[in-house]
Amino acid sequence: MIAAYLVLLIPLVGIFYFALAGHRTDSGKLNVRFNGVCLLATVWLAINVLNQGTIISSGKAFLIDPFNVYLIVLTAFVGFTTSIFSSPYMAHEKEIGKLTDNRLKLYHSMFQGFMLAMYLVLTTNNMGIMWVAMEGATLATVLLVSLYRTPESIEAAWKYFILCGVGIAQALFGTILLYYAAVQIGDGENALLWSVLYENADKLNPEILEIAFVFLLIGYGTKIGLVPLHNWLPDAHSEGPTPMSAVLSGLLLNDALYAVVRNKMLVDGAAHSSMAGYLMMGFGMLSFLVAAILLHRQKDIKRLFSYSSIEHMGLMTFAFGIGGPLATFAALLHMTVHSLTKSAIFVTVGHAAQLAGTQRIEQIRGLIKTQPKIGWGLLIGTISIAGFPPFGVFTSEFLVLLATMHSYPWLAPLLLLGIGIAFAGLFRHIQPMVYGDSPEGQKPITANLWPVTIHLALVLWLGLAIPGFLAHWFSQATLLISGSTPL
Amino acid sequence: MNIEQLDFYTQAILSMAALVGLTSFLMLGQGRLLRLIFVFALQGFLLTLTTAVAAYSLNNNHLYISAVLTLVLKVIFIPWMLRRQVLQMNMHRDIEALKNNTAVMMGGASLMVFSYYVLHPVVQSSSVVMLNALAVSLSVMLLGMLLMISHRQAIAHVVGFMSIENGLFFAAIVATNGMPMVVELGVAFDVLVAAVLFGIFFLHIRTSIDSLDVDLLNKLNEVDK
Repeated sequence: MIAAYLVLLIPLVGIFYFALAGHRTDSGKLNVRFNGVCLLATVWLAINVLNQGTIISSGKAFLIDPFNVYLIVLTAFVGFTTSIFSSPYMAHEKEIGKLTDNRLKLYHSMFQGFMLAMYLVLTTNNMGIMWVAMEGATLATVLLVSLYRTPESIEAAWKYFILCGVGIAQALFGTILLYYAAVQIGDGENALLWSVLYENADKLNPEILEIAFVFLLIGYGTKIGLVPLHNWLPDAHSEGPTPMSAVLSGLLLNDALYAVVRNKMLVDGAAHSSMAGYLMMGFGMLSFLVAAILLHRQKDIKRLFSYSSIEHMGLMTFAFGIGGPLATFAALLHMTVHSLTKSAIFVTVGHAAQLAGTQRIEQIRGLIKTQPKIGWGLLIGTISIAGFPPFGVFTSEFLVLLATMHSYPWLAPLLLLGIGIAFAGLFRHIQPMVYGDSPEGQKPITANLWPVTIHLALVLWLGLAIPGFLAHWFSQATLLISGSTPL
Repeated sequence: MNIEQLDFYTQAILSMAALVGLTSFLMLGQGRLLRLIFVFALQGFLLTLTTAVAAYSLNNNHLYISAVLTLVLKVIFIPWMLRRQVLQMNMHRDIEALKNNTAVMMGGASLMVFSYYVLHPVVQSSSVVMLNALAVSLSVMLLGMLLMISHRQAIAHVVGFMSIENGLFFAAIVATNGMPMVVELGVAFDVLVAAVLFGIFFLHIRTSIDSLDVDLLNKLNEVDK
């Protein structure tokens, strides 16, 4: 359990350290160290869970089970690699005069604040605290979206703040309704603890829980970026600094989905109807298709990939909605591989945009010719996210497709169509960017592509063979969520 | 059932629910920013009263803490901050001409009916008071959203946002006698940080577009202009 406290303590210290110590030239490297130590703590925590199974802290305030433990490690890992990328990237942004020392201080402090909120969402056992932490994640990142202080970035941040704030207020109403249902069966202070609710799920009033779930899905769904609540997402991703886009896409969306699934488990236990699942399937499929079509119309490279995030989050929501063991297993795997791939892509995109001096797709040309590392990184990343074998995204998408054919065969063509449209949408933009002649005067930049290489190698590994302990966790989590194992 | 037969606490909650709902409608039709902020503070004060009454009647000490938190945050700090912004911006003389005021008010009324309709199955089993209280808090939330849609000033948006929070708080007090303490403190902390961030944002928006009219925030679009 000490490991779990450490995971929360390290970023907390980080917030105050960066806020009070002010910006120094090595702040970026210190940020890497903070995240690195935190990653070690999460690995320690994971080993504990591997040996002992589910851990509940003495006051029942924290709960680490197979469902969240791998997400915690994933969060720490993506946070760590992103901070490695962020260090030279932000230094470059400062060199070209886009940022000042004060803003970098804010950036590093809030980076840690965001990580703290993410760890808290994942580790807490209290549904109320989960909401508080999720709102905290918005508050920590909203000033980072407007870090460049351009009119566009301020607009994006305002939109993000208002939409996510109002959206997440719905989730609080859902949580209050959940609490209302819970106090009717007793136990005031502990009534919002997930472990308690889960044990007593069959006693909760199903009608209240169904209405609560509608609010919870809308609330956290705003954060997942489900259509039609997605408007903030492309703006916030495209106008904020790239390391922020990487963690927003890779971590925040996952954690919001995690919150929805935790709630769905309660509703399923109480209601014995598939209402929650149908809602998630509907929203998921809609997001998936709309985002796939909108991919074709994008002019900004970061907007392009943020729509791809919406598409994949839609697919995961859909898979969790189907709810059988196979679909749940696929969704868990997809959360992992999407998070790894998408943060790798955003890192490459950040370098590509610095190289070309713009984020506009039509002005980014000839990446492979100018700097092969970046060009190939972007190409391989896109191949992976589009769902080509042998990468992990292919495996998980294939499993989702199998599960769909099994449970809802009439939806399978839609799914295939969406994957096809998304593939075309990505490649019509990517191909001219990586191939072809480079514009005159385009020079290579210093780029650290180790994060990209490691992420993509992991995704490849997950596509070829899932390591035993991870498969074990996935099936344990699947058992927890869907009631049976896929294997 | 006659209202006089109910106990003091239930009667108090019912009247408070009515008054809180009324303040939401008052805000909805308000074009002057300073008055809007005043009505918002009034709504916060009603919430404080509700919490205090609940704390007194139920003999629940932690609700007193919530009452003090509400008083400080929603009645004093946030209205003071917003008022200062308005005066600094010299906007207190402007009257925002609300488009379709009648339609907005009718919309507000139908949202209230809708709230009753949605929550009816939930509270069928429990008392009439619960239905009224929950429906009013849901409609305060929805009216807050309508306020944000129908007004153009960023300050009005913040008021709408915070009144959504008020609706939630009312639901928590009435339906469940407050959330567990740790959650309530967390929510109050989030609201405080949000209020401070809004202050920072006003500054940024003002320096960027020289106004707080959010209709001017229209640069980001799906389609190139």
